[in-house]
Amino acid sequence: MIPATPYSATAKLAHWLIAALILAAFPLGLYMHELSLSPEKLRLYSYHKWIGMTVLLLFMPRLLWRLVRPPPALLPGPAWQLKLAEATHWLLYLLMAAVPLCGWLMSSAKGFQVVYLGLVPLPDLVGKDQALGTLLADLHSSLAWALMVLIVVHAAAALKHHLIDRDDTLRRILPFVKLPSGDTRP
Amino acid sequence: MISPRIAGVAVLLLAGAAQAVEFNQVQPEKTKLVFTSKQMGVPVDGGFGRLTGQIRFDPAEPSAASARLEIDLSSIDAGSAEATEEVVGKQWLNVKAFPTAGFQSTSVKALGGDRFEAVGQLTIKGQTRELTAPFTFKQEGAAGVFDGVFVLKRLDFGIGEGTWSDVSTVANEIQIKFHVVAASQHENVLQPH
Ligand code: HEM
Repeated sequence: MIPATPYSATAKLAHWLIAALILAAFPLGLYMHELSLSPEKLRLYSYHKWIGMTVLLLFMPRLLWRLVRPPPALLPGPAWQLKLAEATHWLLYLLMAAVPLCGWLMSSAKGFQVVYLGLVPLPDLVGKDQALGTLLADLHSSLAWALMVLIVVHAAAALKHHLIDRDDTLRRILPFVKLPSGDTRP
Repeated sequence: MISPRIAGVAVLLLAGAAQAVEFNQVQPEKTKLVFTSKQMGVPVDGGFGRLTGQIRFDPAEPSAASARLEIDLSSIDAGSAEATEEVVGKQWLNVKAFPTAGFQSTSVKALGGDRFEAVGQLTIKGQTRELTAPFTFKQEGAAGVFDGVFVLKRLDFGIGEGTWSDVSTVANEIQIKFHVVAASQHENVLQPH
Protein backbone atom coordinates (compact mmCIF):
# COMPACT_ATOMS: atom_id res chain seq x y z
CA MET A 1 0.00 0.00 0.00
CA ILE A 2 1.42 3.37 -1.02
CA PRO A 3 -0.05 6.29 0.88
CA ALA A 4 -1.30 8.93 -1.56
CA THR A 5 0.22 12.36 -1.03
CA PRO A 6 -2.18 15.16 -1.90
CA TYR A 7 -1.26 18.15 -4.01
CA SER A 8 -0.48 21.34 -2.08
CA ALA A 9 -3.35 23.76 -1.56
CA THR A 10 -1.62 26.25 -3.88
CA ALA A 11 -1.25 23.69 -6.64
CA LYS A 12 -4.91 22.69 -6.30
CA LEU A 13 -6.06 26.30 -6.46
CA ALA A 14 -3.91 27.03 -9.51
CA HIS A 15 -5.11 23.85 -11.23
CA TRP A 16 -8.84 24.49 -10.84
CA LEU A 17 -8.71 28.24 -11.33
CA ILE A 18 -6.84 27.94 -14.61
CA ALA A 19 -9.01 25.01 -15.71
CA ALA A 20 -12.15 27.09 -15.10
CA LEU A 21 -10.73 30.06 -17.00
CA ILE A 22 -9.72 27.93 -19.99
CA LEU A 23 -13.09 26.20 -20.03
CA ALA A 24 -14.74 29.64 -20.08
CA ALA A 25 -12.43 31.19 -22.71
CA PHE A 26 -12.83 28.33 -25.18
CA PRO A 27 -16.62 28.31 -25.79
CA LEU A 28 -16.62 32.11 -25.54
CA GLY A 29 -14.01 32.22 -28.32
CA LEU A 30 -16.07 29.94 -30.54
CA TYR A 31 -19.27 31.86 -29.90
CA MET A 32 -18.01 35.44 -30.24
CA HIS A 33 -16.20 34.59 -33.46
CA GLU A 34 -19.53 33.79 -35.16
CA LEU A 35 -21.27 37.03 -34.16
CA SER A 36 -21.62 39.87 -36.60
CA LEU A 37 -20.13 43.14 -35.41
CA SER A 38 -22.14 44.59 -32.53
CA PRO A 39 -21.48 46.12 -29.11
CA GLU A 40 -22.04 42.64 -27.67
CA LYS A 41 -19.33 41.22 -29.91
CA LEU A 42 -16.87 43.92 -28.81
CA ARG A 43 -17.70 43.21 -25.18
CA LEU A 44 -17.30 39.45 -25.54
CA TYR A 45 -14.00 39.84 -27.39
CA SER A 46 -12.71 41.91 -24.50
CA TYR A 47 -13.95 39.44 -21.88
CA HIS A 48 -12.33 36.61 -23.86
CA LYS A 49 -9.03 38.46 -23.97
CA TRP A 50 -9.14 39.32 -20.28
CA ILE A 51 -9.90 35.73 -19.28
CA GLY A 52 -7.12 34.46 -21.54
CA MET A 53 -4.63 37.04 -20.27
CA THR A 54 -5.47 35.96 -16.72
CA VAL A 55 -4.48 32.41 -17.69
CA LEU A 56 -1.18 33.73 -19.03
CA LEU A 57 -0.69 35.85 -15.91
CA LEU A 58 -1.28 32.86 -13.60
CA PHE A 59 0.82 30.56 -15.73
CA MET A 60 4.19 31.98 -14.66
CA PRO A 61 3.75 31.64 -10.88
CA ARG A 62 2.11 28.26 -11.41
CA LEU A 63 5.07 26.93 -13.37
CA LEU A 64 7.53 28.43 -10.87
CA TRP A 65 5.60 26.86 -8.01
CA ARG A 66 5.74 23.49 -9.73
CA LEU A 67 9.49 23.73 -10.25
CA VAL A 68 10.15 24.88 -6.68
CA ARG A 69 7.68 22.47 -5.10
CA PRO A 70 7.45 19.41 -7.35
CA PRO A 71 4.08 17.68 -7.23
CA PRO A 72 3.72 14.33 -5.48
CA ALA A 73 4.93 11.41 -7.60
CA LEU A 74 2.43 9.79 -9.93
CA LEU A 75 0.62 6.86 -8.39
CA PRO A 76 1.99 3.55 -9.63
CA GLY A 77 0.75 2.21 -12.94
CA PRO A 78 1.98 0.68 -16.20
CA ALA A 79 5.11 2.44 -17.48
CA TRP A 80 3.48 3.60 -20.73
CA GLN A 81 0.63 5.21 -18.81
CA LEU A 82 3.07 7.04 -16.53
CA LYS A 83 5.03 8.26 -19.54
CA LEU A 84 1.85 9.35 -21.29
CA ALA A 85 0.58 11.14 -18.19
CA GLU A 86 3.88 12.96 -17.79
CA ALA A 87 3.95 13.98 -21.46
CA THR A 88 0.33 15.15 -21.32
CA HIS A 89 1.01 17.31 -18.28
CA TRP A 90 3.96 19.08 -19.90
CA LEU A 91 2.07 19.55 -23.15
CA LEU A 92 -0.80 21.04 -21.16
CA TYR A 93 1.60 23.54 -19.61
CA LEU A 94 3.01 24.36 -23.02
CA LEU A 95 -0.40 24.97 -24.57
CA MET A 96 -1.89 26.86 -21.64
CA ALA A 97 0.83 29.44 -22.24
CA ALA A 98 1.03 29.20 -26.04
CA VAL A 99 -2.71 29.68 -26.68
CA PRO A 100 -3.10 33.00 -24.84
CA LEU A 101 0.33 34.20 -25.98
CA CYS A 102 -0.69 33.53 -29.56
CA GLY A 103 -3.96 35.38 -28.89
CA TRP A 104 -2.03 38.39 -27.64
CA LEU A 105 0.29 38.29 -30.67
CA MET A 106 -2.73 38.04 -32.97
CA SER A 107 -4.46 40.97 -31.34
CA SER A 108 -1.32 43.10 -31.77
CA ALA A 109 -0.93 42.04 -35.40
CA LYS A 110 -4.56 42.92 -36.10
CA GLY A 111 -3.96 46.40 -34.71
CA PHE A 112 -5.89 45.98 -31.47
CA GLN A 113 -3.94 46.68 -28.34
CA VAL A 114 -4.85 44.51 -25.36
CA VAL A 115 -6.06 46.61 -22.44
CA TYR A 116 -6.31 44.22 -19.50
CA LEU A 117 -9.69 44.56 -17.75
CA GLY A 118 -10.16 47.77 -19.74
CA LEU A 119 -7.66 49.39 -17.38
CA VAL A 120 -4.09 48.27 -18.01
CA PRO A 121 -2.77 48.86 -21.54
CA LEU A 122 -0.37 46.07 -22.45
CA PRO A 123 2.39 46.56 -25.00
CA ASP A 124 1.83 45.42 -28.58
CA LEU A 125 4.06 42.41 -29.24
CA VAL A 126 4.25 42.96 -33.00
CA GLY A 127 3.34 45.79 -35.33
CA LYS A 128 0.09 45.88 -37.31
CA ASP A 129 0.24 43.32 -40.09
CA GLN A 130 -3.02 41.93 -41.49
CA ALA A 131 -1.48 38.83 -43.07
CA LEU A 132 0.34 37.94 -39.87
CA GLY A 133 -2.86 38.57 -37.92
CA THR A 134 -4.80 36.09 -40.06
CA LEU A 135 -2.03 33.52 -39.73
CA LEU A 136 -1.93 33.92 -35.94
CA ALA A 137 -5.73 33.69 -35.75
CA ASP A 138 -5.58 30.29 -37.46
CA LEU A 139 -2.73 29.22 -35.19
CA HIS A 140 -4.58 30.44 -32.10
CA SER A 141 -7.64 28.47 -33.14
CA SER A 142 -5.67 25.29 -33.90
CA LEU A 143 -3.70 25.46 -30.66
CA ALA A 144 -6.89 26.11 -28.69
CA TRP A 145 -8.47 23.00 -30.25
CA ALA A 146 -5.35 20.98 -29.47
CA LEU A 147 -5.52 22.21 -25.89
CA MET A 148 -9.17 21.17 -25.68
CA VAL A 149 -8.43 17.68 -27.05
CA LEU A 150 -5.65 17.31 -24.52
CA ILE A 151 -7.89 18.48 -21.70
CA VAL A 152 -10.49 15.88 -22.68
CA VAL A 153 -7.84 13.12 -22.72
CA HIS A 154 -6.48 14.36 -19.39
CA ALA A 155 -9.93 14.48 -17.77
CA ALA A 156 -10.89 11.08 -19.22
CA ALA A 157 -7.74 9.57 -17.72
CA ALA A 158 -8.50 11.13 -14.33
CA LEU A 159 -12.04 9.72 -14.45
CA LYS A 160 -10.75 6.31 -15.47
CA HIS A 161 -8.49 6.31 -12.40
CA HIS A 162 -11.37 7.40 -10.20
CA LEU A 163 -14.14 5.17 -11.54
CA ILE A 164 -12.34 2.10 -12.88
CA ASP A 165 -9.04 1.88 -11.00
CA ARG A 166 -10.70 3.45 -7.93
CA ASP A 167 -7.43 5.06 -6.82
CA ASP A 168 -6.72 8.52 -5.39
CA THR A 169 -5.41 10.13 -8.57
CA LEU A 170 -8.38 12.46 -8.92
CA ARG A 171 -9.16 12.80 -5.23
CA ARG A 172 -5.70 14.04 -4.32
CA ILE A 173 -6.09 17.13 -6.46
CA LEU A 174 -9.73 17.83 -5.56
CA PRO A 175 -10.24 20.76 -3.21
CA PHE A 176 -11.78 20.12 0.21
CA VAL A 177 -10.94 16.41 0.09
CA LYS A 178 -8.92 14.92 2.91
CA LEU A 179 -7.12 11.72 2.05
CA PRO A 180 -7.15 9.17 4.84
CA SER A 181 -3.57 8.08 4.46
CA GLY A 182 -3.12 4.56 3.18
CA ASP A 183 -6.44 4.82 1.36
CA THR A 184 -4.92 3.91 -1.98
CA ARG A 185 -5.44 0.56 -3.50
CA PRO A 186 -2.40 -1.40 -4.50
CA MET B 1 18.28 108.65 -35.18
CA ILE B 2 16.82 106.40 -37.83
CA SER B 3 16.34 108.19 -41.06
CA PRO B 4 12.79 108.27 -42.42
CA ARG B 5 14.07 106.65 -45.56
CA ILE B 6 15.39 103.53 -43.82
CA ALA B 7 12.23 103.26 -41.75
CA GLY B 8 10.18 103.48 -44.94
CA VAL B 9 12.14 100.65 -46.55
CA ALA B 10 11.71 98.50 -43.42
CA VAL B 11 7.95 99.01 -43.45
CA LEU B 12 7.80 98.12 -47.13
CA LEU B 13 9.85 94.97 -46.55
CA LEU B 14 7.66 93.87 -43.65
CA ALA B 15 4.51 94.49 -45.60
CA GLY B 16 5.97 92.64 -48.56
CA ALA B 17 6.92 89.66 -46.40
CA ALA B 18 3.46 89.49 -44.94
CA GLN B 19 1.79 89.62 -48.31
CA ALA B 20 4.05 87.12 -49.98
CA VAL B 21 2.85 84.17 -47.98
CA GLU B 22 -0.73 83.29 -48.34
CA PHE B 23 -1.04 79.54 -48.17
CA ASN B 24 -3.88 78.55 -50.39
CA GLN B 25 -3.05 75.40 -52.35
CA VAL B 26 -4.13 72.39 -50.31
CA GLN B 27 -2.03 69.38 -51.20
CA PRO B 28 -4.34 66.39 -50.78
CA GLU B 29 -1.59 63.79 -51.06
CA LYS B 30 0.31 65.30 -48.11
CA THR B 31 -2.78 66.09 -46.07
CA LYS B 32 -3.87 63.58 -43.47
CA LEU B 33 -6.97 63.15 -41.38
CA VAL B 34 -6.76 60.39 -38.78
CA PHE B 35 -8.83 59.50 -35.77
CA THR B 36 -8.72 57.34 -32.67
CA SER B 37 -11.83 55.78 -31.23
CA LYS B 38 -11.98 53.81 -28.01
CA GLN B 39 -13.58 50.40 -27.99
CA MET B 40 -13.83 48.79 -24.55
CA GLY B 41 -10.98 51.06 -23.48
CA VAL B 42 -8.85 50.02 -26.47
CA PRO B 43 -7.65 52.86 -28.69
CA VAL B 44 -8.27 52.00 -32.35
CA ASP B 45 -6.75 54.14 -35.10
CA GLY B 46 -8.40 54.98 -38.38
CA GLY B 47 -8.27 57.60 -41.07
CA PHE B 48 -9.60 59.06 -44.30
CA GLY B 49 -7.85 58.70 -47.61
CA ARG B 50 -9.50 61.48 -49.61
CA LEU B 51 -9.84 65.05 -48.57
CA THR B 52 -10.14 68.22 -50.62
CA GLY B 53 -10.26 71.80 -49.58
CA GLN B 54 -9.72 75.47 -50.10
CA ILE B 55 -7.66 77.37 -47.61
CA ARG B 56 -6.53 80.96 -47.42
CA PHE B 57 -4.14 81.56 -44.59
CA ASP B 58 -1.61 84.25 -43.97
CA PRO B 59 -0.02 83.87 -40.53
CA ALA B 60 0.42 87.63 -40.34
CA GLU B 61 -3.28 88.16 -40.80
CA PRO B 62 -5.15 85.20 -39.32
CA SER B 63 -8.45 87.04 -39.02
CA ALA B 64 -8.67 87.13 -42.82
CA ALA B 65 -8.09 83.39 -43.07
CA SER B 66 -10.69 80.93 -44.20
CA ALA B 67 -10.87 77.21 -44.71
CA ARG B 68 -13.27 74.85 -46.36
CA LEU B 69 -12.53 71.15 -46.20
CA GLU B 70 -14.47 68.29 -47.65
CA ILE B 71 -13.94 64.68 -46.68
CA ASP B 72 -14.91 61.77 -48.87
CA LEU B 73 -16.40 59.49 -46.23
CA SER B 74 -16.23 56.39 -48.40
CA SER B 75 -12.42 56.65 -48.11
CA ILE B 76 -12.59 55.75 -44.41
CA ASP B 77 -10.38 53.10 -42.87
CA ALA B 78 -11.78 52.25 -39.44
CA GLY B 79 -8.87 50.06 -38.37
CA SER B 80 -10.07 46.66 -39.55
CA ALA B 81 -11.94 45.36 -42.59
CA GLU B 82 -14.93 44.43 -40.45
CA ALA B 83 -15.14 47.84 -38.81
CA THR B 84 -14.65 49.70 -42.10
CA GLU B 85 -17.53 47.78 -43.62
CA GLU B 86 -19.67 48.55 -40.59
CA VAL B 87 -19.07 52.29 -40.25
CA VAL B 88 -20.12 53.23 -43.78
CA GLY B 89 -23.51 51.69 -42.97
CA LYS B 90 -26.75 53.39 -42.01
CA GLN B 91 -26.27 53.37 -38.25
CA TRP B 92 -22.86 54.99 -38.48
CA LEU B 93 -21.98 57.42 -41.28
CA ASN B 94 -24.68 56.38 -43.75
CA VAL B 95 -22.31 57.15 -46.58
CA LYS B 96 -24.86 56.32 -49.29
CA ALA B 97 -27.07 59.18 -48.15
CA PHE B 98 -24.28 61.47 -46.90
CA PRO B 99 -21.16 60.83 -48.99
CA THR B 100 -19.15 63.74 -47.63
CA ALA B 101 -18.50 65.60 -44.41
CA GLY B 102 -17.48 69.23 -44.49
CA PHE B 103 -15.94 71.96 -42.43
CA GLN B 104 -16.42 75.65 -43.16
CA SER B 105 -14.54 78.10 -40.99
CA THR B 106 -16.25 81.21 -39.69
CA SER B 107 -13.32 82.77 -37.86
CA VAL B 108 -9.65 82.22 -37.17
CA LYS B 109 -7.66 83.89 -34.43
CA ALA B 110 -4.08 83.85 -33.23
CA LEU B 111 -3.38 82.34 -29.80
CA GLY B 112 0.24 83.42 -29.68
CA GLY B 113 3.40 81.91 -31.10
CA ASP B 114 2.59 79.40 -33.80
CA ARG B 115 -0.78 78.59 -32.26
CA PHE B 116 -4.11 79.51 -33.75
CA GLU B 117 -7.72 78.61 -33.34
CA ALA B 118 -10.31 78.02 -36.00
CA VAL B 119 -14.03 78.15 -35.34
CA GLY B 120 -16.45 76.88 -37.89
CA GLN B 121 -19.32 74.66 -38.88
CA LEU B 122 -18.79 70.94 -39.09
CA THR B 123 -21.37 69.00 -41.04
CA ILE B 124 -21.60 65.23 -40.85
CA LYS B 125 -24.56 63.04 -41.72
CA GLY B 126 -26.74 66.07 -42.39
CA GLN B 127 -26.14 67.60 -38.96
CA THR B 128 -24.22 70.82 -38.49
CA ARG B 129 -22.48 71.73 -35.25
CA GLU B 130 -20.06 74.45 -34.29
CA LEU B 131 -16.50 73.24 -33.92
CA THR B 132 -13.53 74.93 -32.30
CA ALA B 133 -10.21 73.49 -33.39
CA PRO B 134 -6.90 74.78 -32.11
CA PHE B 135 -3.98 74.21 -34.44
CA THR B 136 -0.36 75.06 -34.96
CA PHE B 137 1.04 76.52 -38.14
CA LYS B 138 4.55 75.97 -39.41
CA GLN B 139 6.14 77.04 -42.61
CA GLU B 140 8.21 74.30 -44.18
CA GLY B 141 9.90 75.59 -47.27
CA ALA B 142 7.20 77.03 -49.46
CA ALA B 143 4.49 74.99 -47.81
CA GLY B 144 2.40 75.79 -44.76
CA VAL B 145 1.67 72.92 -42.39
CA PHE B 146 -1.37 73.00 -40.14
CA ASP B 147 -1.55 70.47 -37.28
CA GLY B 148 -4.41 70.16 -34.88
CA VAL B 149 -6.33 67.84 -32.64
CA PHE B 150 -9.90 68.03 -31.45
CA VAL B 151 -12.43 65.74 -29.86
CA LEU B 152 -15.64 64.97 -31.67
CA LYS B 153 -18.61 63.59 -29.79
CA ARG B 154 -19.99 61.06 -32.23
CA LEU B 155 -23.53 61.10 -30.81
CA ASP B 156 -23.81 64.84 -31.59
CA PHE B 157 -23.94 63.76 -35.21
CA GLY B 158 -25.86 60.52 -34.77
CA ILE B 159 -22.75 58.48 -35.59
CA GLY B 160 -23.51 55.03 -34.18
CA GLU B 161 -27.23 54.72 -33.67
CA GLY B 162 -29.37 51.97 -32.16
CA THR B 163 -27.40 49.53 -30.01
CA TRP B 164 -24.23 51.40 -31.00
CA SER B 165 -25.34 54.48 -29.08
CA ASP B 166 -24.13 52.64 -25.97
CA VAL B 167 -20.98 54.60 -25.16
CA SER B 168 -19.65 51.99 -22.72
CA THR B 169 -18.48 49.87 -25.65
CA VAL B 170 -17.56 52.52 -28.23
CA ALA B 171 -16.79 55.77 -26.43
CA ASN B 172 -18.62 58.94 -27.45
CA GLU B 173 -15.36 60.87 -27.74
CA ILE B 174 -13.39 60.39 -30.91
CA GLN B 175 -10.05 62.11 -31.15
CA ILE B 176 -9.42 63.62 -34.56
CA LYS B 177 -6.04 64.75 -35.78
CA PHE B 178 -5.53 66.78 -38.90
CA HIS B 179 -2.36 67.52 -40.75
CA VAL B 180 -3.02 69.84 -43.67
CA VAL B 181 -0.32 70.91 -46.06
CA ALA B 182 -0.96 73.93 -48.26
CA ALA B 183 1.50 75.53 -50.62
CA SER B 184 1.65 79.22 -51.25
CA GLN B 185 0.78 80.23 -54.77
CA HIS B 186 4.33 81.28 -55.55
CA GLU B 187 5.82 77.99 -54.49
CA ASN B 188 7.95 77.56 -57.59
CA VAL B 189 9.22 81.11 -57.53
CA LEU B 190 10.11 81.11 -53.85
CA GLN B 191 11.54 77.65 -53.64
CA PRO B 192 12.85 76.24 -56.87
CA HIS B 193 13.43 72.49 -56.49
C1 HEM C 1 -6.70 30.08 -22.32
C2 HEM C 1 -6.74 31.01 -23.15
C3 HEM C 1 -7.51 31.04 -24.46
C4 HEM C 1 -8.28 30.08 -25.06
C5 HEM C 1 -8.58 28.67 -24.59
C6 HEM C 1 -8.76 30.66 -26.30
C7 HEM C 1 -9.58 30.02 -27.21
C8 HEM C 1 -10.09 30.59 -28.35
C9 HEM C 1 -10.97 29.94 -29.29
C10 HEM C 1 -11.46 28.52 -29.21
C11 HEM C 1 -11.27 30.84 -30.28
C12 HEM C 1 -12.17 30.64 -31.50
C13 HEM C 1 -11.34 30.33 -32.70
C14 HEM C 1 -12.18 30.18 -33.94
O1 HEM C 1 -13.39 30.04 -33.84
O2 HEM C 1 -11.59 30.20 -35.01
C15 HEM C 1 -10.58 32.06 -29.96
C16 HEM C 1 -10.65 33.21 -30.70
C17 HEM C 1 -9.98 34.38 -30.41
N1 HEM C 1 -9.14 34.61 -29.34
FE1 HEM C 1 -8.70 33.28 -27.88
N2 HEM C 1 -8.27 31.94 -26.41
C18 HEM C 1 -7.52 32.21 -25.29
C19 HEM C 1 -6.84 33.37 -25.00
C20 HEM C 1 -6.85 34.52 -25.80
C21 HEM C 1 -6.12 35.75 -25.52
C22 HEM C 1 -5.23 35.99 -24.32
C23 HEM C 1 -6.41 36.61 -26.53
C24 HEM C 1 -5.93 38.04 -26.77
C25 HEM C 1 -5.34 38.78 -25.94
C26 HEM C 1 -7.30 35.94 -27.44
C27 HEM C 1 -7.81 36.51 -28.59
C28 HEM C 1 -8.69 35.90 -29.43
C29 HEM C 1 -9.26 36.55 -30.58
C30 HEM C 1 -9.03 37.98 -31.05
C31 HEM C 1 -10.07 35.58 -31.21
C32 HEM C 1 -10.90 35.77 -32.47
C33 HEM C 1 -10.10 35.46 -33.68
C34 HEM C 1 -10.83 35.90 -34.92
O3 HEM C 1 -11.81 36.65 -34.79
O4 HEM C 1 -10.40 35.48 -35.97
N3 HEM C 1 -7.55 34.68 -26.97
N4 HEM C 1 -9.87 31.88 -28.78
